[in-house]
Amino acid sequence: MRFDLRTIASLISPGSTVLDLGCGNGELLYYLEKERGVSGTGIEKSETEVAKCIERGLSTLQGDINTELLDYPDEAFDYVILSRTLQQVYEPAELIRSLLRVGKMGIVSFPNFSHWRVRLQLLGSGYAPVTRELPYEWYDTPNIRVITLKDFRKFSKDVGFRILKIMAIVSDFDGTSGRLVTFMPNLRATYGIFLIGKE
Amino acid sequence: MSEYIEHDKTGKSVGLVEKRFFNFAKPPNEMCLESGARLGPLTLAYETYGTLNREKSNAILVCHALSGDSHAAGYYSEDDPRPGWWDIMVGPGKGIDTEKYFVICSNILGSCMGSTGPCSIDPRTNRPYGLEFPVVTIGDMVKAQKALVEHLGIERLLAVVGGSIGGMQVLEWSVRYPGSVNSAIPLATTTRHSALAIAFNEVARQAIMADPNWSKGNYHGGPTPDTGLAVARMIGHITYLSDEAMRHKFGRRLQGRNNFSFHFDADFQVESYLRYQGSKFVGRFDANAFLYITKAADYYDLPNQHDSGSAVEAFSKARAKFLVVSFTSDWLYPTYQSKAMVQAMKKCGLDVSFCEIEAKWGHDAFLLPNERLSSLIKGFLVRVAKDGGKAEDAL
Repeated sequence: MRFDLRTIASLISPGSTVLDLGCGNGELLYYLEKERGVSGTGIEKSETEVAKCIERGLSTLQGDINTELLDYPDEAFDYVILSRTLQQVYEPAELIRSLLRVGKMGIVSFPNFSHWRVRLQLLGSGYAPVTRELPYEWYDTPNIRVITLKDFRKFSKDVGFRILKIMAIVSDFDGTSGRLVTFMPNLRATYGIFLIGKE
Repeated sequence: MSEYIEHDKTGKSVGLVEKRFFNFAKPPNEMCLESGARLGPLTLAYETYGTLNREKSNAILVCHALSGDSHAAGYYSEDDPRPGWWDIMVGPGKGIDTEKYFVICSNILGSCMGSTGPCSIDPRTNRPYGLEFPVVTIGDMVKAQKALVEHLGIERLLAVVGGSIGGMQVLEWSVRYPGSVNSAIPLATTTRHSALAIAFNEVARQAIMADPNWSKGNYHGGPTPDTGLAVARMIGHITYLSDEAMRHKFGRRLQGRNNFSFHFDADFQVESYLRYQGSKFVGRFDANAFLYITKAADYYDLPNQHDSGSAVEAFSKARAKFLVVSFTSDWLYPTYQSKAMVQAMKKCGLDVSFCEIEAKWGHDAFLLPNERLSSLIKGFLVRVAKDGGKAEDAL
């Protein structure tokens, strides 16, 4: 499993209930159910990915994360995960509020736009950065926002939620291995993973 | 639903099967219907495939749609040209694997394929009921199925699965007998008929009732209202397809000619198709049964049958895990109707999975070979079978 997903999994207590927004093929949920006895639910918009999830025995809904979240009662889940998706969301503040209504805690991860390689590319080449974590050209990217670890901390104050834990990571080339970054994470981490809660 | 009885390309089948009959509700213990009427004695035609395990925990009930019957899979004889109506889904190694599960399918109450319905003999008069047959509801059909399932010694079904009107029965099972349903798979269905669906059914019924042979339902022993029933079926077939499906299947192509006839013969392929489907249906279905079953579908309103009229309140009674499936081109029960039930289930904290399958064949897509649908059902059943075991351990 990808290192960022393993890091997310390490934040989740065994036996809890988890909602994964944009769960893809269900890799994380499958791992959580099998290894940590978690009861998981996934939301995913692609029919093909939803089908993969249901076929492997995961409870999964096809739909848009913004609208699907609205139907759940308050604190329906222990954790709501938003992995590598925040940079594609139209109304991030609204989504985070909704996420923290439905979940007791949230886990949000995104590629760090202030990584030194991103900074150097822009400074050196003058082109919009294209990296392993953000591999698209400006004209075909689904990522409509650029976020840094520092930005997210400021965002938490603006929107009004608590950051309970930060896991800044660097993942290696194929993403399956990596390490935590504690020294100058805003410059050195490729991904930020935040455990968040209500104020 | 229509008659796409497809042979499985793998050639795998449950093999030879036999239609059985369950007789119950003998007077004075007639079944109490939703309308308040009492009906009995009753017969349900049913078939079973696979083997019931010792714990009786692997039983799956398949519910058929409007014109279906108990013959979901297999063949009646060695030279039987056609297998059961869902042979592509039910069989060894298939979506509903008869090597793992014990599958039951019964003909619904009010139908004409072996179960008690308007063409059965009324014991009081020794003549067919005709319109003397009381109006039955989806709830009544399910109540009768429950009696059959109990008769087979099964307390709790691993799953109830069905599409269209069969899907309504699935939903009804889940709220009427929550303790008896481990999981529910409603396909291409709705919690309540829309005005559009009622409108099509009403035109179909009017076609039957306008046939002079119908004689207020009292046609037994005389000529039958074949023209009316055929037209009713033609209307049905329009609703089972879609604009896209008809464009692909027929377009404006002419049938067996190069130019218009300048008569009222079937010029277009689509006309010829509908006429063929209509005339084929007349040979196997009873006009009054068509009236009763479409009425039951129109009356179906799960939210309103349960107290406050809200779907959330209705599903708050349910305990099953759900797999809801809709099809993109289904205009009879469009995806928004499946999404509405999913929303209510979520609000009740139920375990629900939902997938909208891209399919151009309209409402009938659930009956056509569809690998995605088979693998969804297969994966879902594996999970609920496993979870079912766990839940029993916990008790």
